[in-house]
Amino acid sequence: MCRDLATEVEKLLLQPGSYVRKKAVLTAVHMIRKVPELSNIFLPPCAQLLHERHHGILLGTITLITELCERSPAALKHFRKVVPQLVQILRTLVTTGYSTEHSISGVSDPFLQVQILRLLRILGRNHEESSETMNDLLAQVATNTDTSRNAGNAVLFETVLTIMDTRSAAGLRVLAVNILGRFLLNNDKNIRYVALTSLLRMVQSDHSAVQRHRPTVVECLREPDASLSRRALELSLALVNSSNVRAMTQELQSFLESCPPDLRADCASGILLAAERFAPTKRWHIDTILRVLTTAGTHVRDDAVANLTQLIGGAQELHAYSVRRLYSALAEDISQQPLVQVAAWCIGEYGDLLLEGSCEETEPLQVKEEEVLALLEKVLQSHMSLPATRGYALTALMKLSTRLRGDNNRIRQVVSIYGSCVDVELQQRAVEYNTLFRKYDHMRAAILEKMPLVERGGTQDEEAKESKEAQLSEAALVSTEPPASKLLDLLDLLDSSSGAAQPPPPLEPSPGGTLGHLLDLPCASPAPASVPNLRVFEREGLQLNLSFVRPPETPALLLITVTAVNTSGADVTHFVCQAAVPKSFQLQLQAPSGDTVPAQGGLPVTQLLRIFNPNKAPLRLKLRLTYHHLGQSVQEIFEVNNLPAETWQ
Amino acid sequence: MQFMLLFSRQGKLRLQKWYVPLSDKEKKKITRELVQTVLARKPKMCSFLEWRDLKIVYKRYASLYFCCAIEDQDNELITLEIIHRYVELLDKYFGSVCELDIIFNFEKAYFILDEFLLGGEVQETSKKNVLKAIEQADLLQEAEHNWSVLNLE
Repeated sequence: MCRDLATEVEKLLLQPGSYVRKKAVLTAVHMIRKVPELSNIFLPPCAQLLHERHHGILLGTITLITELCERSPAALKHFRKVVPQLVQILRTLVTTGYSTEHSISGVSDPFLQVQILRLLRILGRNHEESSETMNDLLAQVATNTDTSRNAGNAVLFETVLTIMDTRSAAGLRVLAVNILGRFLLNNDKNIRYVALTSLLRMVQSDHSAVQRHRPTVVECLREPDASLSRRALELSLALVNSSNVRAMTQELQSFLESCPPDLRADCASGILLAAERFAPTKRWHIDTILRVLTTAGTHVRDDAVANLTQLIGGAQELHAYSVRRLYSALAEDISQQPLVQVAAWCIGEYGDLLLEGSCEETEPLQVKEEEVLALLEKVLQSHMSLPATRGYALTALMKLSTRLRGDNNRIRQVVSIYGSCVDVELQQRAVEYNTLFRKYDHMRAAILEKMPLVERGGTQDEEAKESKEAQLSEAALVSTEPPASKLLDLLDLLDSSSGAAQPPPPLEPSPGGTLGHLLDLPCASPAPASVPNLRVFEREGLQLNLSFVRPPETPALLLITVTAVNTSGADVTHFVCQAAVPKSFQLQLQAPSGDTVPAQGGLPVTQLLRIFNPNKAPLRLKLRLTYHHLGQSVQEIFEVNNLPAETWQ
Repeated sequence: MQFMLLFSRQGKLRLQKWYVPLSDKEKKKITRELVQTVLARKPKMCSFLEWRDLKIVYKRYASLYFCCAIEDQDNELITLEIIHRYVELLDKYFGSVCELDIIFNFEKAYFILDEFLLGGEVQETSKKNVLKAIEQADLLQEAEHNWSVLNLE
């Protein structure tokens, strides 16, 4: 519809009646918004319309030009020519254009002024020449506008925005920041809100100028009004730098204690970020994080715990100090989960330092072994603790068994109780630790010694450590965890040859598969070791090949890719391949790429087998194939002979 | 401006003007949410708030809330002036306007709004001109009414 009526509207733009013209201009604005291609129809009349005396038409024209410039860079260039004309219009308006019908409380036609200023902003952006032309005018408007009423403030605000966005002189920019500073002190909340928003935009470019108003901004933090305090918070966080970090953090923390809940998360993460960037000393940093965790523990981001543990781990001289602070904090309150997690970890790692008794930096704290153990048990049993927290507590208890000098009976008791816990993760840990006590007691001290410093993003290191622990108790694990296999015929087949096999159905991880998963993590891209391929089966054109990969990082792992190729004339459908290995191996079958092997050597079906062979026993592999081919359904079961020795040595 | 809503302290919608095309369902949803949000604000709070990706400027006159939604680049303070100018126009036309005037003569309220704003932009900055246009429209309406009454007899 816009396209059809565009020419009509263009004609109406030149009609004698001002009433009609006024409406035609705004219709043109709307049309351009809907169909930007119509810009070239409405571009020519603009120059003439700018000469209008009627405010309504002038206002519409300015809006039209603004729309045209926003949508097309060519129009922007074209209209840069009219900047002097606009400046003239605005100047007359400000100096002599006072008319009762257009003015609001002493400001002549603020609507028109604001619109012109906005257009000047768009035209002057990134353009030296235009910006220079407007400099004087902007200064004039900024100084002469009456600011006692809202209309004046509106014009002033628009002027400030224009000054900031164009390439104005340095003096003018300082003037703009000062105006905003004045706004901040205004009693009217709206003005203050507007000032905070603009200062936030300016803080990147004119940082030092905005810093001067920091005290006022911090005042605004205490506003009961939520929109204002949110803006003030953002601005305060942007203003933190190395010289004012201590004072600002103090202010922000007192804000954190009293702020509404939806701002807490932002405030907490902001403080932590600022502390990370500008912390003057490590001890201050740890103190700050501790305070944030105690006040707003539930709202911090997930990596705060990791960051704090890494920080503490790195600050060797502060180990005793941190463990004491954390212990006292934990003793008071065990509901803040991140705090509890960090405290548990710390107590576990540095429990011996806690019991030593003296530390210069905090008051002397006499802690008995029994108290520490009691506290950790309380965390374990509390219904407020998340499963992850309980995991931390259990591991800490275990580590303490080597750190404390007393009897380990209490710890052993707790660990064995949790061996039958409902939570699988806790149960697994408890069983592993139990085994450590029973069978591998000689290794316990070595395994549980102090962790070396974890690097940033060091979750992989931690998991590598976990997997080392798990590996040692793997033999015990296999017997304690229930066999999860669904039985197939293959079980019987390998039974007859070498004891019960454990063939899992495709896609289900085998018992002890958690172990496989832990070890999977590092070997995302296995480097292929050179083992020759093997053709294991051929019948009526269907061939099955095995290719082997031994990733160097995990010597016990063997990856077999089974490839099924069909060179006959008919497709092979419903192709299913299953595998079985002797009991000491672990097998994992991944999903095949498809179940139809197309004829004439089309795209082969591949399937990946993962075999874990920790004992380096000789590999035996039995395969079972079922498929439909040439109108018959075929089932084949065979053992793979002549497997090269490199696959299992 | 994207839309303007007028609603009472009890949350009843008295006037709605939409400058963007939206389905009925969306309009109802937006209205409901916005009314709730604005009514929840305490009296001393500032007149601006962020809602979805728009800026909302609202002002309370007696028992009515005037609420406008503007885009990111629009000037909030001048929007307050727009709201105030509209209220003045209504006041001048109805003579000391109150909520009842708007309830019983809502079509006139819409006419006045349409003379003042078009497509979300201010079209006439002179109060006199807006009211003159409304007066002329009224006269036309009267003349037509009289003419049709004469014809029936």
